[in-house]
Amino acid sequence: MNQHACFHCGLDASTTHIVYDEKSFCCQGCKTVYQIFSENDLTCYYDLQTAPGATPKDIEGKYNFLENTKIIEQLLEFNDDSTQIVSLYIPHIHCSSCIWILENLNKLHPSISASTVNFGKKTVRVTFNAEILSLKNLVTLLSSIGYEPFISLDDYSVGKKHIDRSLIYKLGIAGFAFGNVMFLSFPEYFEVGEFWLEQFKPLFRWLMFAFSVPVIFYSAQDYFISAYKGLRSKILNIDVPIALGAAVLFIRSTVEIMFDIGSGFFDSLTGLIFFLLLGKFFQQKTYAFLSFERDYKSYFPIGITKITPDGKEESVQVYDIEKGDRLLIRNEELIPVDCILIKGNARIDYSFVTGESKTVSKQSGDKLFAGGKQLNGTIEVDVLKSVEQSYLTQLWSNDVFKKDKSLAFTNITNQISKRFTISLLIIAVIATTFWLIVDSSKAINVFTSVLIIACPCALALAAPFTFGNVLRILGKKKFYLKNASVIEQLAKIDTIIFDKTGTITANKETSIAYEGISLSKDEEVLLKSTLRGSNHPLSRSLYHLLNEHNILTLDRYEEYLGKGIEAQYKQDSIKIGSAPFVGYASETATLNTAVHISSNNKYKGKFTFYNAYRKGLSQLFNKLKQDYDLVILSGDNEGEKDNLTKLLPTKTKLLFNQKPEDKLEYIKYHQSEGAHVLMIGDGLNDAGALAQSHVGIAISENVNVFSPACDAILDASKFNELYDYIKASKSAINIVKWSFVLSFLYNCIGLYFAVTGQLEPVVAAILMPLSSISIVAFTTIFTNVIGRKIN
Amino acid sequence: MSVIYVLLTISIIVAIGFFIAFIIAIRNGQFDDSYTPSVRMLFEDELIKEKSKKSILTKKD
Repeated sequence: MNQHACFHCGLDASTTHIVYDEKSFCCQGCKTVYQIFSENDLTCYYDLQTAPGATPKDIEGKYNFLENTKIIEQLLEFNDDSTQIVSLYIPHIHCSSCIWILENLNKLHPSISASTVNFGKKTVRVTFNAEILSLKNLVTLLSSIGYEPFISLDDYSVGKKHIDRSLIYKLGIAGFAFGNVMFLSFPEYFEVGEFWLEQFKPLFRWLMFAFSVPVIFYSAQDYFISAYKGLRSKILNIDVPIALGAAVLFIRSTVEIMFDIGSGFFDSLTGLIFFLLLGKFFQQKTYAFLSFERDYKSYFPIGITKITPDGKEESVQVYDIEKGDRLLIRNEELIPVDCILIKGNARIDYSFVTGESKTVSKQSGDKLFAGGKQLNGTIEVDVLKSVEQSYLTQLWSNDVFKKDKSLAFTNITNQISKRFTISLLIIAVIATTFWLIVDSSKAINVFTSVLIIACPCALALAAPFTFGNVLRILGKKKFYLKNASVIEQLAKIDTIIFDKTGTITANKETSIAYEGISLSKDEEVLLKSTLRGSNHPLSRSLYHLLNEHNILTLDRYEEYLGKGIEAQYKQDSIKIGSAPFVGYASETATLNTAVHISSNNKYKGKFTFYNAYRKGLSQLFNKLKQDYDLVILSGDNEGEKDNLTKLLPTKTKLLFNQKPEDKLEYIKYHQSEGAHVLMIGDGLNDAGALAQSHVGIAISENVNVFSPACDAILDASKFNELYDYIKASKSAINIVKWSFVLSFLYNCIGLYFAVTGQLEPVVAAILMPLSSISIVAFTTIFTNVIGRKIN
Repeated sequence: MSVIYVLLTISIIVAIGFFIAFIIAIRNGQFDDSYTPSVRMLFEDELIKEKSKKSILTKKD
């Protein structure tokens, strides 16, 4: 075992020297968790997985809102005198150890009677007794072992979620009926003329009828409803021929057994519905742990601390905040409303809103916007606007968020089904007229046969299986799509728009360049020692960049908020900070962030911070430029323009100072000119643009944590693979087209039997499953070939 | 020949029995999470292993 890694969380523990039970830990927090587990015989946690834990965070006061009974009631799933059930979302759930420890919570506290983990959704459902253990204490307990739940405003407004299981019911019923009908129709396939079988034929047939009734009236109802809706809005979607085929199958079969004409096609009918539902089920694959519909509510806290006029702290629900209230915002808390800073030092991280990771310092009297995260101790603020009226929430009231993109577009199957249905009806009419003249007794038989055999089962299965499989393959490559229609949209893209900060630049990395008189060894040592004391993010990045030096104990150290730092060691003094602070007057207006240095009141030079672009950015753009128009829409100033023009192909358009509304309008304008736009962004400021574009992809460093509403989420580490992913979606469309060709061939064979009036139930029973299965095999093989190519 | 009626009745009753079991399984939410149970079923052994470890330790003492 690696002695230098923390036994609990796996972080570097070589410098801390915290040893307990012969195991080293990186911090006291990790040690405490280990102590809790070892005292309760739960060290098995560490056997399942090496270093599975997370360091517990300080949450003092953070969950005070869970004392508010109104909030508690909304969160609890079930609430009786001594039994309470709550489902909590815990982002840290990631391995089997997590499941094990969370399902053994009852060993940690006697009032917890049961806990069940849903790994896919990263939730734990806890049954506990609130008389002994309050909800707040439960959350504190979970946090103390490193499993801090994430409770947001979203949990509050949704209420009790209803799980839709109807597809599984329908599929189960269809499968059940299909199997039984197959057995019952077996004797008839072989035309056994034996007397005793002949005798039972009516019984067998009526049993088959009984099995088919729930299939046609329950399992298949979605197809009838969809076909009806399609016809009403004058669209011949794929469900029209399906519904037609299924209805004709059922009616003709029932008539046949009633008048003892034949055995009917109940086997084909139930098989058809079963396969179709199977395709639907396969395509329905979603990523339960990701949310593509997130709005600001998923990030806002439920409760916030309000300071009453008589100076008391009180937890209130976020929606109850009114203009003029005084609020207390603790370290790491999100500001839910627009407000004015009254007391304390604010350093706000607006990355949630803008995607820009650098923090902003604010002084008392400054305006703070909703969505910022306080990073520097506790502050007090006065509310300017309620939650609904704040700037961030106003962004979401734009109409684009109310549109459902998938409704606005005809998918590839429905495009073809129009022509298919029309030609099908023409063939049926021609064949029927022919037989009316030649042999009128066969006419009705031929007409129904055509409709039955042409029922586009294979056609309807081609797209679900292809796209469902591609969805899974891309998911394995960390490109998570919302649904199958995104693949079709992605294949049509001709314009790609990128956001800058956080999208083509990496959030955490910046590169720093020094300009000016080079620093002496002593000055560098002093600089490093001074920076060590500062918590400002720029100081931190600069500190990590400088070479290792001995750390001096400074004689004097002073930090001026929003200006810089001054320090003294023996005779030498140093000033680090903004240009006016260090006494550098001739600062020309540069747009990049810079830190200036002066030593003994003599100006030395400056460290300029540049964005670090993602690896493979140039190559990606050079690959993309052949097929697509490329645009960069940035909310930032033009500071990086020179850098970008060097890096990117010349025809890339660069636009700076774009507000969220500008981005949205830009996309709208290009769409009106016929462009198919792919927008790639990361922050909430891109949310409007992501919703407006044909496909909106959110880039995320950690897919579990943050992404605005979008069509797809791409893990940041796979950014340079984007070109291959788009190409894969195009190949998927080709596979679907080829499967269409294949299923038409089957239809031609079937139509031959139908038109000539020779359609026996057994032919239909063989042809329908055969065509469906071969289509599924065909699409599965070729989508896997695409999957290989991506690597 | 009436034996076929008996057989048919039995076979359909058995089939419907399984079907009801399936419906109950869905209602209990067994199809909601298809991943966690596959991990959970492996834990029982781990618990026993831990207990046996402890008993060895106490014997040593």
